[in-house]
Amino acid sequence: MSVVAGCDVGSLTSKAVILKDKKIIASAIIKSKAKPQQSAEKAFVQALSDCSLDQADIQCCVGTGYGRNQISFVNHVVSEISCHAKGALWLMPSVRTIIDIGGQDCKIIKIDKTATVQNFLTNDKCASGTGRFLEVMAQILNIEISELGGLTQKSRSPITLASTCTVWAQADVIKHLNDGVPPEDIAAGINAAMANRVSILVRSIKPEKDICMTGGVAKNQGVLSVMEKILGQRIKKIRKADPQMAGAIGAALFALEKM
Amino acid sequence: MRVAGCDIGSLTAKVVILKDQEIESKTVQRCVSTPEKSAESVMDHAITQAGIKLADIDYIVGTGYGQKKIPFANHTESEITCHAQGVFALLPKVRTIVDIGGQDAKVVRINDRGVVSRYVYNDKCASGTGRFLEIMADALEISIEDMGTYHDQAKEKLHISNQCVIFAESEVISLINEGKETPDIVCGLHIALANRAASLAKSIGVEPKVAFTGGVAKNSGVFKALERSLKTLLEEYPIDPQISGAYGAAVLASRHIQ
Repeated sequence: MSVVAGCDVGSLTSKAVILKDKKIIASAIIKSKAKPQQSAEKAFVQALSDCSLDQADIQCCVGTGYGRNQISFVNHVVSEISCHAKGALWLMPSVRTIIDIGGQDCKIIKIDKTATVQNFLTNDKCASGTGRFLEVMAQILNIEISELGGLTQKSRSPITLASTCTVWAQADVIKHLNDGVPPEDIAAGINAAMANRVSILVRSIKPEKDICMTGGVAKNQGVLSVMEKILGQRIKKIRKADPQMAGAIGAALFALEKM
Repeated sequence: MRVAGCDIGSLTAKVVILKDQEIESKTVQRCVSTPEKSAESVMDHAITQAGIKLADIDYIVGTGYGQKKIPFANHTESEITCHAQGVFALLPKVRTIVDIGGQDAKVVRINDRGVVSRYVYNDKCASGTGRFLEIMADALEISIEDMGTYHDQAKEKLHISNQCVIFAESEVISLINEGKETPDIVCGLHIALANRAASLAKSIGVEPKVAFTGGVAKNSGVFKALERSLKTLLEEYPIDPQISGAYGAAVLASRHIQ
C-alpha cells in the first residue's frame, strides 16, 4: 500500500492531494495566504482531515508551484512544468498539449506519451492572458470569477475589447458598463479577449492533439469555446478530477516515484 | 499675427496661443466626454485668458489622438511632427525626444533641420506611461504631484521587479505591508519607469542632446532617473513640457501663414 501527497502552492490558490494506491482519496483547494508555508500547511491539513489521516501516514510528499521552496514538510520539490505535465497525462492519457492558466501566469506545455516535456512556453510577465486578468475584470463587474463562464452563455452580442493590456481593458470595460451594455455581453467580451491572448501563445508552440486545459480557468466554458474556435482544434475536457488539481496530482505522482 | 495649436490627448487637452511667435496664453485641461467638447472647452479657456475671440486667431493646427474632431482646426498634423517641431523651435540642438504622456510613451529622433528620422511608440501596454505612476500613487495614497519630492527623500534602494502595471501594483502593496518607506518605493517606481522609457529609446538609438517632454517630465524624480538610465543629461525644457505638442502645432500654424 502506498500513501503519498502532492502540494501545489500557487499565487492565488494552493492545492493538496493525497493518493492511496494511485487513487485520489482526498484533495483540498484554498486561497493562498501571505506565506507559502502557511498556504501549503492549510491545504495539506485540510486534505489530511478529509481522509482522516495523519501527516505520519504520508510516505512521501512533493511540493511544487511558485512557493515550493518554502514548504518545510515536503520531502522533495519538483518544477511546476514537470508536475503539470505528469498530472495532466494521468488525468488524460491521450494529452500532448497542455494549456495551463494559473492565477498569475500561463503555461503551454508539449509532452510525449511518457509525460516528458518536449517544449514549453510561459507568460508570467504580463497580467493579460492570466487568471489575474479575469480576476480584475470580475471585480469591476462585481461578480465572482467563477460566474464569468455562465454569464457568457447568456450573451447575444459580445463586446470587443480594444486593448490587450489589463489596465486599458479595465477602462474599456468601465466605459461599456457606463454605456449600459448588459453584463453578459461584457463578460463574453472579456472571455474572448482572454482566449485571444492565450491562443497567440498556444499557436506559437504548434499544438498537437489531444489538447487539454488545466488550472482554474479550465472551468470557464466561455474561454474554452472561443479558444477552440480560434485554434480550429478541439480542447478535450478533463473529467477524471478537477483540472485545477493537475499540478498537485503530478506532484503526488512524483512522490510515488521517489518513495 | 496670432496662431494656435490644439493638442487633444487621451487624458488632457492643451492649447497654446502664439502672438508674434511668443506664448500669449496656454491651457491644460482634463479631457471631458468627447474630443469635440474637450477642444471647445480648452480653447474657450485659452482665449478668455488672452482676452481675445476665436476669430482673432489667424490659423489653428490640431494634433493628438482626438485631432480629427477639433471643430475649429484649419488643418491637422501628426503628434510626432508636432512634438518634433515644438522641441526643435525651442532647443535646436536636441536630436532625441522622449515623451511620456498619460497613456502613451514615444521616442522621436530628429535631424539638424527638425525633420523626424525615426520614432517608436508604445500605447499598447500601460507600463511605461503616466498611467503607471497614477495607479502607483493611488496604491501609496499620495498625490502624483508630490512624487518628485518623495523621490529626493529616498534612502534605501528598492528594485521593482515587475514590469506589468497590474503585477507591479501587487508588488508595491507587498512592499507597503513589509513596512518599506514611501520615498524608497516612489524612487524605485521612478527608476522602473525610466528604465522602461530608456529601453524604448535605445531600440531606435539615442543621439544627444536629449529632451524629455510630456506630463510625466514634470516629475523631477523621473527626470533624474531617466538621466541615469540613459547615462546622459537631459536638456532643461524652457516651457511646460506637457504643452510641447500644442506648442509645436502652433509653430506649424505660424509657418503656414508666413
